[in-house]
Amino acid sequence: MTRGGPGRGPAVPDGAASPDRGPVTGEPVPGESVTGEPVSGKPAAGGAAAGGAAADSGCRILHVDMDAFYASVEIRDRPELAGRPVIVGATASRGVVLAASYEARAFGVHSAMPVTRARRLCPQAVFISPRHHVYAAVSKEVMEVFRSVTPEVEPLALDEAFLDVSGAIRRLGPPARIGALIRATIAEQQGITCSVGVASSKFIAKLASTHSKPDGLLVVPADGVLAFLHPLPVAALWGVGEQTGQVLARLGLRTVRDIAEIPVGTLQRELGLSLGAHLAALAWGRDERPVVSSTPEKSIGAEETFASDIDDPEVIRRELLRLSGRTARGLRSAGALARTVVIKLRLANFTTITRSRTLPEPTDVARTIYATACALYSAAGLDSRARLRLVGVRTSGLVPASRAATQLAFGERPAGWRDAERALDRISGRFGTDTVRPAALVTGQPDEPFPRLSAGSHFQAPDESARRPPGEPARRPPAESARRPPREG
Amino acid sequence: MKIQVERDVLAEAVAWTARALPARPAVPVLAGIRLQAAADLTLSSFDYDVSAQARVPVDAEEEGEALVSGRLLAEITRSLPARPVEITTDGARATLACGSATFTLLTMPTEDYPTLPEMPPPAGSIGSDAFASAVSQSATAAGRDDTLPALTGVRIEIEGETLTLVSTDRYRLAVRELRWTPARPDLSAAVLVPARALADTARALTAGAEVSIALALPGEEGAGGEGMIGFEGGGRRTTTRLLGGDFPRYESLLPKQVNAVAELATPSFAEAVKRVALVAERNTAVRLSFSAGQLVLEAGTGDEAQAEEVIDASFEGDDIQIAFNPQYLLDGLTALDSDITRVSFTESGKPALITGKPAPDEQPDFRYLLMPIRLGG
Repeated sequence: MTRGGPGRGPAVPDGAASPDRGPVTGEPVPGESVTGEPVSGKPAAGGAAAGGAAADSGCRILHVDMDAFYASVEIRDRPELAGRPVIVGATASRGVVLAASYEARAFGVHSAMPVTRARRLCPQAVFISPRHHVYAAVSKEVMEVFRSVTPEVEPLALDEAFLDVSGAIRRLGPPARIGALIRATIAEQQGITCSVGVASSKFIAKLASTHSKPDGLLVVPADGVLAFLHPLPVAALWGVGEQTGQVLARLGLRTVRDIAEIPVGTLQRELGLSLGAHLAALAWGRDERPVVSSTPEKSIGAEETFASDIDDPEVIRRELLRLSGRTARGLRSAGALARTVVIKLRLANFTTITRSRTLPEPTDVARTIYATACALYSAAGLDSRARLRLVGVRTSGLVPASRAATQLAFGERPAGWRDAERALDRISGRFGTDTVRPAALVTGQPDEPFPRLSAGSHFQAPDESARRPPGEPARRPPAESARRPPREG
Repeated sequence: MKIQVERDVLAEAVAWTARALPARPAVPVLAGIRLQAAADLTLSSFDYDVSAQARVPVDAEEEGEALVSGRLLAEITRSLPARPVEITTDGARATLACGSATFTLLTMPTEDYPTLPEMPPPAGSIGSDAFASAVSQSATAAGRDDTLPALTGVRIEIEGETLTLVSTDRYRLAVRELRWTPARPDLSAAVLVPARALADTARALTAGAEVSIALALPGEEGAGGEGMIGFEGGGRRTTTRLLGGDFPRYESLLPKQVNAVAELATPSFAEAVKRVALVAERNTAVRLSFSAGQLVLEAGTGDEAQAEEVIDASFEGDDIQIAFNPQYLLDGLTALDSDITRVSFTESGKPALITGKPAPDEQPDFRYLLMPIRLGG
């Protein structure tokens, strides 16, 4: 494979060095286009732009990924850190590494590793607390650069995106040239480096950017996909995690070529119909997913890492209650209802379990989400001594609330939990989050006396609707009437 | 064993028996139908929850028994020409000859076959057609969600000469009352029977004139077939394990008084719902607006396709707008079995009661209670 770029550090090729460059323009950028035979393993000459036009034809997808994004931004702002191992991560007791400079990675530090472990591996590193607002601002400008190339930008995270450059080729030149332009512009504007993969599909483009890291560019020509892909280990395939990897290892499949060469039926028998078919397609480089320029919000959720591992189911349920409340608030403020509830349980040994259930009716009610989350937690069948490090509640399958219809069921009150929770949203909006919260989440002094109420005295009067004359609206929860006279509509 | 039997008689008896064959047998012998030839031929199947047995007249030259693959036997007898069938056994093989066709089937060891559950004591009887139509009406609202097993059943309530059959999936409720002949006039009981098995049974038992219902009631010492209900008629019998769990208290759901009543011609109402629902995507509603003399049906939203239809309706009471799941509504209209549909409302957030129009001074014997859909955020 071939790596472009003049080397480490901000890669600003000569032709891209005009100081006032704004959005990417069509200026020629010599020396950056990567061409030749990326699959041969021999680096091609950096200037062999003549062959580039052929090598990258049909490669209309770019994957652009910032190199060690948070760490790069910190080094940019504190140049004295350049060349030193830099680790960005919450410095609280249970923080994890969010980014590590390549100098730190040389010591085995990587993202998502506990900071305490990173400290042991690389004690001399500079540890920096994250400054999320700065990264978000840089990210926004980087995405603007992408959008100046093509409107077909699919951000995957703050620091990476897919671009479909089909429509920009006439204006800006072949895809490899466009990739080089983007790299140069970002290096110049933001003072950080990124890596670009250029290929005919999203899957290969992403692999290509990974293989060109850091500060590189790799073109995988359409007719070179298999030669590039087949020698890679199976873990390179999107969808192969630890478990699938173990199944494949048991079958003796180590490289992508191995997967490509066994019958689809065998894969499907071992991995299930859809995953089997999916891997077989990827192993032959088939990935038809288009670049989707504006991905609607796909899920809403919240998760919490405990300050110390928890094995008490009651504490875990209480945390699920709190997270369900946050999730439901998120749904309501997004004007969405969710069809599916997912819980995530991470054990002390970092094994992560996720369980999901699809509801008969989409919901934005914390109580429903909580009940489902608890049922999923019980059904996960954790050992009573299993210690949890993290719990999360997430909802997906979102539909706009305005278009959702709710099939009512017998025995439900017309003014139920949904109205009560929406009243709480209004209180929170006025008096601050958590002004009113479930009793289980009230943290006071343990010996502080507080009045005992009969359970749910306001919201649960079962015969309230029966006593009400027909046609009269349901009584609002007291919280609402205390605020202001009820409005119509 | 060596017997001769009419093809239609055999095919029907095998089809009846095959209904209790398990899809995935726990042990291989349960995939079999047991044939026992004496004066009659008795065919049996059993999957631990449901047992089925049929008895048909045959010319038996030689008594005996055999256990053969039920699925294969059912397919073969369905396809045979209309000629007498001869079944003989010889060691591990059974031979079935009919006209010019001969089949040789492997047999399984009959001694491994489990004993079928004993039939519980008879509780009463009812005309088979009346029973079948009542069951099919009342099973309309039964749930399909196996996580709520009690709602996948039909509750059969026996109160002297009245049978009440009820099902609900929490969104609708179907209640059918009918008369029967109890074995004892003071009989009082309530059991929960799996809805699918009950509906299949009731339909299949229309071959005989009467259905006898057999029930082991709690507290009746010494009676066999505890936790079972049995049905028998026309030489066929079946037992089904009763469902456990609590059935919701449904009586209080049925409205005591209503604010508005509409009456419509059932066929035109059902056709209009079907048409309008074409634009209602999955889980979306048909919206009904009742006012004097007419019903306006609407479905779809401004972003998508929309449909509207106006039909005649006699309507008394306060105008009402209410929305329903179109399939649930159609299920009710289909189950009614009446030319005129009466819909009674209290308010748009409360269930509507759908019945046929009863004769003057009579109560409708079938009631379908349907919860509405609440629209919008």
